Amino acid sequence: MIPELGHFALILALGITLIQATIPLIGAARNNSTWMALARPTAQAQLLFTFLAFAALTYAFISHDFSVAYVANNSNSALPLIYRISAVWGAHEGSLLLWALTLSIWTNAVVLFSRSLPLNMLARVVGVLGLVSIGFLLFMLLTSNPFERLIPAAMDGRDLNPLLQDFGLAVHPPMLYMGYVGLSVPFAFAIAAMLSGRLDAAWARWSRPWTSVAWVFLTLGIALGSWWAYYELGWGGWWFWDPVENASFLPWLIATALLHSLAVTEKRSAFKAWTVLLAIFAFSLSLLGTFLVRSGVLTSVHAFATDPERGVFILIFLCLVIGGSLALYAWRAPQIRSVGRFELVSRETALLLNNVILVVTAASILLGTLYPLLLDALDLGKISVGPPYFNSVFIPLTIPLVMLLGLGIMSRWKRDSFSRLFGKLWPAMVFSLVIGLAWVLILLPEFKLGAVIGTILAVWVFSSSAVSFKARLSNKDRLWPALLSTPLGFYGMTLAHIGVGVFIIGITLTSIYSIEKDIRLSPGESYEMAEYTFQLDSVKTVEGPNYIASQGRLTVSKNGEVIDIMQPEKRIYRVQRMPMTEAAIDAGLGRDLFVALGEQLNAQGAWSVRLYVKPYIRWIWLGTIIMALGGLLAASDRRYRMAGKKVLDPVPAGTVVTGAA
Amino acid sequence: MKARHKRLGFLIVGLAVLGLATFFVIQALDSNLSYFFSPTEVKQDQAPKDHIFRLGGMVEKGSLERGEGVDVLFTVTDNANSVQVLYSGILPDLFSEGQGVIAQGKMNTDGVFVAEEVLAKHDETYMPPEVADALEKARQAEAKMDGGTTP
Repeated sequence: MIPELGHFALILALGITLIQATIPLIGAARNNSTWMALARPTAQAQLLFTFLAFAALTYAFISHDFSVAYVANNSNSALPLIYRISAVWGAHEGSLLLWALTLSIWTNAVVLFSRSLPLNMLARVVGVLGLVSIGFLLFMLLTSNPFERLIPAAMDGRDLNPLLQDFGLAVHPPMLYMGYVGLSVPFAFAIAAMLSGRLDAAWARWSRPWTSVAWVFLTLGIALGSWWAYYELGWGGWWFWDPVENASFLPWLIATALLHSLAVTEKRSAFKAWTVLLAIFAFSLSLLGTFLVRSGVLTSVHAFATDPERGVFILIFLCLVIGGSLALYAWRAPQIRSVGRFELVSRETALLLNNVILVVTAASILLGTLYPLLLDALDLGKISVGPPYFNSVFIPLTIPLVMLLGLGIMSRWKRDSFSRLFGKLWPAMVFSLVIGLAWVLILLPEFKLGAVIGTILAVWVFSSSAVSFKARLSNKDRLWPALLSTPLGFYGMTLAHIGVGVFIIGITLTSIYSIEKDIRLSPGESYEMAEYTFQLDSVKTVEGPNYIASQGRLTVSKNGEVIDIMQPEKRIYRVQRMPMTEAAIDAGLGRDLFVALGEQLNAQGAWSVRLYVKPYIRWIWLGTIIMALGGLLAASDRRYRMAGKKVLDPVPAGTVVTGAA
Repeated sequence: MKARHKRLGFLIVGLAVLGLATFFVIQALDSNLSYFFSPTEVKQDQAPKDHIFRLGGMVEKGSLERGEGVDVLFTVTDNANSVQVLYSGILPDLFSEGQGVIAQGKMNTDGVFVAEEVLAKHDETYMPPEVADALEKARQAEAKMDGGTTP
């Protein structure tokens, strides 16, 4: 009965969304405020029913209702409660339901926090979000109903894919989806602005905090995915340039470009058409990501359950969204005029270059991701593009981007000069060269050019951020009032950039100085690596709730002193008979030790064992957390809460408002 | 600075960035593509001799042998032809005999494929599309030959 109610709630949600996506939009076009006012209640009702559907599915999982096909395929009576809940989004149908719910939550967040938004803008934004919702609800109801019954009911479930029985998976998809779907909000703002013809600084100011928050979720979602892959897949890698990872990284790159371009649009009334285009691309890429993950066209670690027919639906939906919004853009773009003029050396130029580099990076990653698909579709052979391609494209593009970062944050709007910038920044340049070099020479085992470039760039980010922070305070008399009056947006920016520096240290030093070795060890034998000695003591059998495991015991010592006892496991899950590697990790700020069991090699108890020493790997995730905190700070700037009040009176279509700053 | 000069400046900077990026992209793509070949194609000498490629098929039952240290030797087959694969390291969790596998590496002079990387399927129902395709091709070729010999 409950699953049928869930299904029914989903159908009701679709019905309400049909109203939400049409009446407010028509009302906004005809200036009918009664029709526009429908945006709020329909969005709320949609959330209610989508939530009920989600609750019904969760209940089916918790109560072991194996008469529901989706539950029977992805759960088991021995599955612990937390994984029964996370299993709701462990496969295709449920993750779509989570998508729809997330979209509904974002829509309502807009309704809730944008009280100052003019009604016609709100109506259009909610309407556009409704159109996106229709796509997802229809997709679910037509091709992937999570409530489908299994007749006769299964005696027990087939269990959740063991890879997914993990805390990381419980949180990674919801975070990532909050980010993916969150990009629909700046998209909706861009479409609404084009519909109304009102593309001004106020629009950019409304859109900015939403973009920041979506970007924060996306950043955390990707970082969680990377962390999960690191400790759960047992390969010890943190990024594989896997198509699906790329699918989440592409919208991130474009969203990052969008954040920077929105700053110019808000402050200087420039880059308007470009900003709109970025908003469209960012959301389109997150739809493309969903398509790539769910259509089964790619060989990927993420291609768990795939179905090409669903891919066709998403492809059509994707074409409608991209085609429709680009058509609207082509129609409206000639009317958008950017009024902010600027010189060659100026903050605008720095941000323009930032955008060019980020977009070119995204384009080359997109090329590497889709090229195999293209060749396959044209029957030119089956190929794969390996990580070296992505590295050799990504790294040379990122280096100028980071060098530019320091110049950009110090440069003035409109016009600046190289001599002034150099005058302010030369101490930071010298400092980063010295400290960067010293870091590698003193703290690391050997000199590597790549490592030095990485540390210099990272220190450059820190030191130029410090210089720009000091410059911000220097024209104030007293420290505390100056600190308090500095807007949160500035703190946020500085913090996010520091996160970038920390991240650079992490990826560079881990990539260059990691030591990895697969070896054969019998109990009692030991192996020396870097300054650590790994000794295999024993391997014994232990039992978990739904698996049996061989648990190794390794004593790790450094200079004869025991520093850790590590217990990696090799699990066999009872239902799916699938072996799983549970690595043991000794984490630290300076290095991680990573031990995973391979297989038993002979009757005497010799095992193949994988040993890694990974310097600075924690800095990767630490950096992303700092970036995300920076984004949150920036989004909570006072300016955005005030934003609506200043610009309450609607401006007639086509009017260009000059930037206020 | 005149507006015309300024525009020229932007144009040059933009083109330089774009040109540099295109150069990296083309060079990187060129040296990092790896094509997929089935054992039959390898036996017909279609696979490159000195460039890495991907070999895919089923792990032949009973073919897995362990050597020194963590070396393993196994046979990949598309049911028509087969190729021996040498790998040094820990095989992925889902690697097993009678299942689909993709290995990336090079042929050595003895006709053994030396793998740098071994990828196995990710759950029991998933089959890499390339492998499914290769098996199907080999099956069809076999069927054609059978059709030719039976009167």
